[in-house]
Amino acid sequence: MDFTIILDNLPLYVQGLWITIQLVFLALCAGLVLAVPTALLLTSKNPLVWGLPYAYVYFFRGTPLLVQLFLIYHGMGQFETIRESFIWPIFREAYWCALIAFSLNTGAYTAEILRGAINQTPWGEIEAAKACGMRKVTRYRRIILPSAFRRALPAYGNEVIFMLHGSAVASIVTLVDILGAGRIVNARYFAPWEAYVTSGLFYLCLTFAIVYFFKLWERRWSAHLRTR
Amino acid sequence: MQNAIDFMPFILTGALVTVQLALASVALAIVLGMLGATAKLSGSLALRSVAGVYTTVIRGIPDLVLMLLIFYGGQIAVNEIGHSLGLAYIEIDPFTAGTLTIGFIFGAYMTESFRGGILAVPRGEIEAGRAFGMSAVLVFRRITLPQMVRHALPSFGNNWLVLVKTTALVSVIGLQDMVFRAGQAGGSTRQPFTFYLVVALIYLLITAVSQVALSKAERRFNVGVRTE
Repeated sequence: MDFTIILDNLPLYVQGLWITIQLVFLALCAGLVLAVPTALLLTSKNPLVWGLPYAYVYFFRGTPLLVQLFLIYHGMGQFETIRESFIWPIFREAYWCALIAFSLNTGAYTAEILRGAINQTPWGEIEAAKACGMRKVTRYRRIILPSAFRRALPAYGNEVIFMLHGSAVASIVTLVDILGAGRIVNARYFAPWEAYVTSGLFYLCLTFAIVYFFKLWERRWSAHLRTR
Repeated sequence: MQNAIDFMPFILTGALVTVQLALASVALAIVLGMLGATAKLSGSLALRSVAGVYTTVIRGIPDLVLMLLIFYGGQIAVNEIGHSLGLAYIEIDPFTAGTLTIGFIFGAYMTESFRGGILAVPRGEIEAGRAFGMSAVLVFRRITLPQMVRHALPSFGNNWLVLVKTTALVSVIGLQDMVFRAGQAGGSTRQPFTFYLVVALIYLLITAVSQVALSKAERRFNVGVRTE
């Protein structure tokens, strides 16, 4: 192990860390915004309503993130209509392609987690809400969604970690995230151990931070269930 | 379009590589998972700590980082050891590196599945086996194994589905799997979207077939269980 290589390139890794955090955070936000309506549509009994969201979730959960990223980054240029339209500057940039792919991916997984959580809502809670005279919208806003979010939290924590780990594929489409920094260092010095172990440690720390953060969050949201 | 159809045998050869890689990796992962689970449940503190570090570190680092580390770093390490033993230059081919990495990563996930499965076997049944004078191996073969399979199968199935998708990453280290070939075919026909979509659909097909097989296996191993 040559620690001078690691120390000399620490600024590069920190830049990569910033890109990783940006990508993952923005994708998670967009994914969550996408997932809530998708999950609500999935719980419908009408096939015309759940059909399309189901196909979306099935496709994105059943195929590798790398292939999804390639479909957007390499694939979109195949269509002349896209190449000549105003959105082409977005699909030309690896950053935006990665962000779109990650958002759609985590949106699908999160929707599935939320769907499960919504389906597990105890009947009594919904009946009580109805008995209190709440409208459907009020019921969802006050009863069903808050309790579903609480039940979804542990699984969502895992999804956040998967998204962080999945985001490493951004380095394949030229982005300099944490792994991208490692790849540059490896290319420059041909020192794979130093380069990739450093990347790995950055990811490991982020993972532990996320696990810790979700533990606190779970404690907070389940405070009323704890024995005192 | 004619062009795209001409390339299908080329892509399907890659699909075969993907399936072979997935099967080889899962075999390794099962072996490592059994060893890991045994170590985690053993009385020895040293074994438990080694297994604990293995599962924590592997599950905290993205698979792509580990793959690059093992492919490039492993190459160097193997040859440094080989050199000191006076061996000729050894080249790790991408298939071996891919199998080792994916097997190593999923061994950690399998450890957790198998540990849960073993813990779910009632203690009394194992004691009863011992009381009959069965050796530890016989108890494992006749009592623990058939029952832990039943309990571990659902999470084993999940791990397998994730593993299949992880195989896409080996295209990065140059193995000619279907993602790699889709890139080549897409480049020479200028239809990358078409080929990546075909590959995505093949992944969905593999997943769907696996799900059918897994639910059949689950039914098979639950034959002795009464369900009301």
